[in-house]
Amino acid sequence: MDTTALILWLTTITTITLVTAYFFAKVLFTKPKTEPDSYSENDDEPR
Amino acid sequence: MVTNKEAWGTRVGLILAMAGNAVGFGNFLRFPVQAIQNGGGAFIIPYLVCFLLMGIPLLFIEWSIGRYGGQFGNHSTPFMMNSLDKKRIWKYVGVFGIFSNIGIASYYCYLESWTISYVFHSIIGSFNGLSQEGVANVFNNYVTLNKTTLIPYESVIFFVLCLALNVWILSKGLSGGVEKVAKIGMPLLIGFGIVLAIKAVTLKAGHEGAIYDGTEGLNFLWTPKFDTITNPKVWLAAAGQIFFTLSLGMGSIQAYASYLKRKDDIALNAMSAGWMNEFVEVVLGGAIIIPISIGYLGIDKVTELAGLGGLGMGFKTLPYLFAQWGPMLAAFAGVMWFGLLFFAGITSSLAMGIPCMGFMQDEFNWNRKKSAMAFGIVILILGLPTVLFFNQGVFDEYDYWTGTVSLFVFALLESILFAWIFGMKKGWKEINHGADIKVPIIYKYIIKYITPVLLIFVFLGALITPLHNDWVAAFQSLISGNGWLLDNGSILMQIANTALKEEIAAATNVIVKHDLEVKMYLINGTRILLIGVFVGVSVLVHIAYKNRIKKGKF
Repeated sequence: MDTTALILWLTTITTITLVTAYFFAKVLFTKPKTEPDSYSENDDEPR
Repeated sequence: MVTNKEAWGTRVGLILAMAGNAVGFGNFLRFPVQAIQNGGGAFIIPYLVCFLLMGIPLLFIEWSIGRYGGQFGNHSTPFMMNSLDKKRIWKYVGVFGIFSNIGIASYYCYLESWTISYVFHSIIGSFNGLSQEGVANVFNNYVTLNKTTLIPYESVIFFVLCLALNVWILSKGLSGGVEKVAKIGMPLLIGFGIVLAIKAVTLKAGHEGAIYDGTEGLNFLWTPKFDTITNPKVWLAAAGQIFFTLSLGMGSIQAYASYLKRKDDIALNAMSAGWMNEFVEVVLGGAIIIPISIGYLGIDKVTELAGLGGLGMGFKTLPYLFAQWGPMLAAFAGVMWFGLLFFAGITSSLAMGIPCMGFMQDEFNWNRKKSAMAFGIVILILGLPTVLFFNQGVFDEYDYWTGTVSLFVFALLESILFAWIFGMKKGWKEINHGADIKVPIIYKYIIKYITPVLLIFVFLGALITPLHNDWVAAFQSLISGNGWLLDNGSILMQIANTALKEEIAAATNVIVKHDLEVKMYLINGTRILLIGVFVGVSVLVHIAYKNRIKKGKF
């Protein structure tokens, strides 16, 4: 594989993968808002 | 009285559903072809610039409009738009957000049904032992009604089956249907994509019939032609790809976000779902179809196939290439590839149902099942012409007007409404309210100034596309006083049916001429049908508006 193409490919996919993982991890590890929030599965009583 | 009590089950479920809405066939079939045709690896530069300047701002706008409209009990765009500004016209602009979903779902469900059929054919080994032409003929026969493949009227049967599946899932609601499918479908899609991408890039010349290494395909796709970056055609292609891949201008993002409470985040959610789509498109979508195709067919043949579009490569070529891996592996690869496309398709088609159902539930007090069934019946009626007259261009006509032009028009108008009429002061506050990330302040100015201007450029670029898409030659022609020659692909020439008229004029064979005239008749009929749908939805919005006045809601 041509060096320029290889560098461009690796840089692009690494950057996009890391940014995607960063935002998704932030979603997973951010403390939920106090109830009542928008999500029904953490409700004390069913809607 | 029935009220709309839909809700998301979990935040992760919402993000997967929103990412699933964005991830579609285009991620795997359109993106690599666009990249090849627009500068190879250099395409990624305008592509990512457009993602940052147009994609992300529009995601913020659409999530904000959705959550804001939802606070007033609006779960579809007509009255969401009206909640941002009280002028009556906005609710009719919002009709685009229902019309596009109906129009796109009508042909998209047909496309989605191909994937179910091809999973089935991969399992029973229909493609084993066929030549490349034989595999291509399976597809050609499939979309030609009187030339059945294995099952009589197979395309109609799978279309109805696919539609019934969509209606059944939609009738289970947001958390019980759409979210569950996203939670199963998205991880499977990503898993299938990773397996196929690894297999594609590790193809070795001389093994399993491959004549080139898979990395030759990556090399072809990613070798940058930096001189193309100054060509407006490349920028318009990049902007168009960003637009379609994120499902912008459809009204489905707004509908999904309308079930969020005001205190809940939209900024991080939008970024997470948007970047997940980019991961699927660039990292996975860029590493499957081109490396495999080039591994077996070589660069010249793939360049020729790419000119015919990604759909042809995905359905007419890949099953033949998988068959080179032996019956067992071919079946697995076929199930993974078409399964991946199926999940990409169904998570998008479900998102098209939600705004339509939300409208009927909000405005006419229909329950979930009744509105899902009504959506299914409308899509069946409007979708059948795309199945029956696929080869006569009806499918493409739906795609062009509802899946391309309408989206640009709506996105442009909603960005002006949000940034200039609702106002960026309130808009910025709305984006940041409850946000779990700090949105860079520069986006306040990008949303206000850059995004609408970019959208205007993209729309003008489509409206007056110059001959052969050659902008440099077009400007030179204009400066030298020879005028602006339009390409047959421009919106203006499409309206006039110029390309088809030229074909009819050039046809010497009576049968060919007759077929083209029938095609023209069907295309004009399709346009009248689509205008009728837009008018029909507008009438429903007007009735809903009158009902609201009676109830004192205005």
